[in-house]
Amino acid sequence: MLPQSKISNSLTWVVGGAQGSGVDSAANIFSRACAQGGFYIFGKREYYSNIKGEHSYFTVRVSDREIHSHLDEIDMLVSFDAETVFRHGDKITRRGVIIYDSALVNTTIQEVHTLDDNAADRITTMLEKNNKPSTVQGMLEYAEQYNDAILYKIPYFHILKEFSDKIHNPSLSKLTRMVNVMGLSASMAILDFDIEVLAKAIKYVFRSKPKVADINVAAAEYSYNYMKSTFDLSKFKFKLPCRQPSSDIILVQGNQSSAMGKITAGCRFQTYYPITPASDDSEFLESNQIIKQTDGGKGSIVVVQTEDEIAAITMAIGAALTGVRSATATSGPGFSLMAEALGWSGMNEVPIVISLYQRTGPATGLPTRHEQSDLMFAVNAGHGEFPRIVFASGDIEESFYDTIKAFNFAERYQLPVIHMLDKAIANSITTCHKFDQYSISIDRGELLKSVSASSSDMGVAGNYLRFKLSQNPISPRIPLGTENGIFWNTGDEHTEEGHITEDPVMRTKMMDKRMSKLDVALKEIPAEDKATLYGGEDKNDSSGGITIISWGSTKGAILDAIEQVKLTEGKGIKFIQVRLLHPFPSTLIGDMLQDTKVLIDIEMNFTSQLGLLVRQNLKREINYSIVKYNGRPMSMGEIYNALMRILSGDAPRRIVLEHGT
Amino acid sequence: MALKLADYKTDIHNDWCPGCGDFGILNAIQMALFDMKIPHHKAAIFSGIGCSGKTPHFIHTYGIHTLHGRVMPFAQGAKLSNPELEVIAVGGDGDGLGIGAGHFVSAGRRNVDMTYIIFDNGVYGLTKGQAAPTLKLGMKTKSLPQPNVNNSVNPIALALVSGFTFIARGYSYDVRHLKDLIRKAIEHKGLAFLDVLQPCPTYNDINTKEWYQGLDNDDNDNDKNSEVSRKNIPRIYKLEDAGYDGMIHSEEEVNSKSAQVLQKSNEWGNKIPIGIFYQNEQIPTYQERITSRIDNYMENPPSKQDILDRNSKAVANISNVLDDLRIDK
Repeated sequence: MLPQSKISNSLTWVVGGAQGSGVDSAANIFSRACAQGGFYIFGKREYYSNIKGEHSYFTVRVSDREIHSHLDEIDMLVSFDAETVFRHGDKITRRGVIIYDSALVNTTIQEVHTLDDNAADRITTMLEKNNKPSTVQGMLEYAEQYNDAILYKIPYFHILKEFSDKIHNPSLSKLTRMVNVMGLSASMAILDFDIEVLAKAIKYVFRSKPKVADINVAAAEYSYNYMKSTFDLSKFKFKLPCRQPSSDIILVQGNQSSAMGKITAGCRFQTYYPITPASDDSEFLESNQIIKQTDGGKGSIVVVQTEDEIAAITMAIGAALTGVRSATATSGPGFSLMAEALGWSGMNEVPIVISLYQRTGPATGLPTRHEQSDLMFAVNAGHGEFPRIVFASGDIEESFYDTIKAFNFAERYQLPVIHMLDKAIANSITTCHKFDQYSISIDRGELLKSVSASSSDMGVAGNYLRFKLSQNPISPRIPLGTENGIFWNTGDEHTEEGHITEDPVMRTKMMDKRMSKLDVALKEIPAEDKATLYGGEDKNDSSGGITIISWGSTKGAILDAIEQVKLTEGKGIKFIQVRLLHPFPSTLIGDMLQDTKVLIDIEMNFTSQLGLLVRQNLKREINYSIVKYNGRPMSMGEIYNALMRILSGDAPRRIVLEHGT
Repeated sequence: MALKLADYKTDIHNDWCPGCGDFGILNAIQMALFDMKIPHHKAAIFSGIGCSGKTPHFIHTYGIHTLHGRVMPFAQGAKLSNPELEVIAVGGDGDGLGIGAGHFVSAGRRNVDMTYIIFDNGVYGLTKGQAAPTLKLGMKTKSLPQPNVNNSVNPIALALVSGFTFIARGYSYDVRHLKDLIRKAIEHKGLAFLDVLQPCPTYNDINTKEWYQGLDNDDNDNDKNSEVSRKNIPRIYKLEDAGYDGMIHSEEEVNSKSAQVLQKSNEWGNKIPIGIFYQNEQIPTYQERITSRIDNYMENPPSKQDILDRNSKAVANISNVLDDLRIDK
């Protein structure tokens, strides 16, 4: 079983290698196998902005309980290149495992060209300080000496050669691509994992290529048996005995969940311009563009790759004008280009959804790394003042349901909705409860399908009043092409028909109409979609008035960390996850904060942007901020340690987290 | 009730300058819609920003006045979601060939079945006459502090190399001819581009109505030694009158006819051709390309799809996707 360590009862498994060398496949197989073996997993992928050659790695945490975050310390490191050992070898936990290639022990740091100078210097200095040579062997000795690491030296080339002889396949060069599966399988042998379950996972991951699947299964079995017959595998503290998985659990990636929500929500038009980490959302939709329907019909989604993000958002708006639920998916640089059109959508009350997969900014930033630094931008993007909703998901499971809600908000309030997601969500994989497609109703708001010529919504000229002024700031909306419904739209201030006006009285009325929709939204949107309070239901509240406030994908690491604090310190800490960022649910959050004495803001950005919103809307100071902006998501351990510092009374007002590889 | 031409007009006050070339284009659009008896609600006019951007407000169909340079993506989004809609995009040369040039090129690559009309006057009128993309190098219109330092873009040639499948030029003071061109553009299967020469009486004092009429034009310009000088030769002439045929009848003609388009598009000065430069219906439209992936796209496009049932639950069924993610199978 999984032993109880200080931080948690879980196994952290890491595989690393050159981008394009099969790191992802290995991690996907491992994740899938563990999930099929009845375990809960949380995995995250780190990679360079590069096609082939740079170092990428995948961290998978495995537990027999639900988990929501990763840890920095590595229990088991699977490597088949030198760089992985150099970069991660010092992060092995006590009595952790390193699997490495026997042919690489004498490789020096200088020989690893993809290891950038800064990292190379840091590692060299560290090894020198500890009187170790700057070689793979040096790092292994360091791990052995300081963390008592268990080392498994694997002659990959030799095993591959034996394997190729055995299967009478002389093309060794093709087989070298299976080194990743052999390394993975070696780790599975150490974990005493059921080889049958592993074989099933390999077949699943390579399901479109049955021949490749078969040879990989054979290679995995060969490597597995080699480990069992060559080494004493009893030393490692972890074993993963499989059990029957629950039929309610799925294994899902964060770049699939929101797209699945879009299909369910009825999004039938999506545009995009390629950008990391948002493109996968659109590619998933394009791969699944034919939609099965419960009424036996066949629906479809049109996905258009546009020339830029300006075209992406304006095309999505054009589609929305025909009554279609439409969306675009982008990241910060693309969203910057969308700012002007966002205002047009607000001005003309056109519902659209923008999936904003944040990454490290500004400019190109760290294009494949994580950050939550676009909150204030999303709240304020565009010139002039117009209503918009900014809604943030905290994890993969939420992002499915939130996507449906985002479309409901967009149509009900006839405005753009910016759905905040990020790289940490998009590039993680997790076991979670199977999505319930039908738990959220579809609300199209005041969308009319037809209008009669004698409708009371007609103006004196006999034209439909698209922007009719009445008690209700939300006017009925009709799709382009509807009989008797002719209206006009313009980015200029406009009359009820939609014609240009510069009249000061009409201007005031139209501004009031548009902006007051936010009051309606704030009144109608249910509390659970505004903010979630964790730990508040505890009658024997032991928090001593300590509350964390945060938003987005820090949720998982915070939840796991406060559980750990409770476990080790017996102290409960409350956590408010703000989901509706704009309009800001001040009343609700004010109520949640009533007994709070110490307010801790946790965010993946430099300026504590949610903290700014709290100060602005609640006139309430943040007592401690925990921030991180090095591009790597916060781990549960980092948050736990920061909370412990605060509890001990020995913490600065602003704690900057810096872990990352 | 039979439709009248007046039914395509609105009572919105038109604030274009007296003598503006835009009036001719507006009339021609209304006449083409009337000619084709397109029901008001089945048409949507999209526009960019500038004087031409106001056009939809004067036409009694759905009218969407968008952002500077962005008319094409807005319009394509609507057309692709509802292919039954007759979509016409309009805008100035600054809008479509300056700030919106990227969208112009990309629209050509798609070949969405719709029409794009550029009101081409060489100046940014509404911002008081700065040089626009079709103004020739060295021209100094009266509001320019210095002669134009940029060379001009050739809209016809750009449309050709971008992939537009109907390319024509009209003249705003030949309304009947322009109306026929608009009608042909709408009837064309694919993306039609119409470059309309349109004098700006306020800011472009070079390419004026009189200039197009050739009041200053005589053939001595061409032949200095000629004994007899002919005066007042209109610069504008019609390609069809000159025996020009831009229709592509087979793939083999594409190269030779494209060369012919480029050659004709460079004619400027004493002789300026209008009419159809190029028409090619052999290229699949974007709608046809979508249909090859989604076979019921034309019958059941995005705008026609029901997305919820009587109980407001989703009609989409993603159980196959979810089953694929199950781990117990």
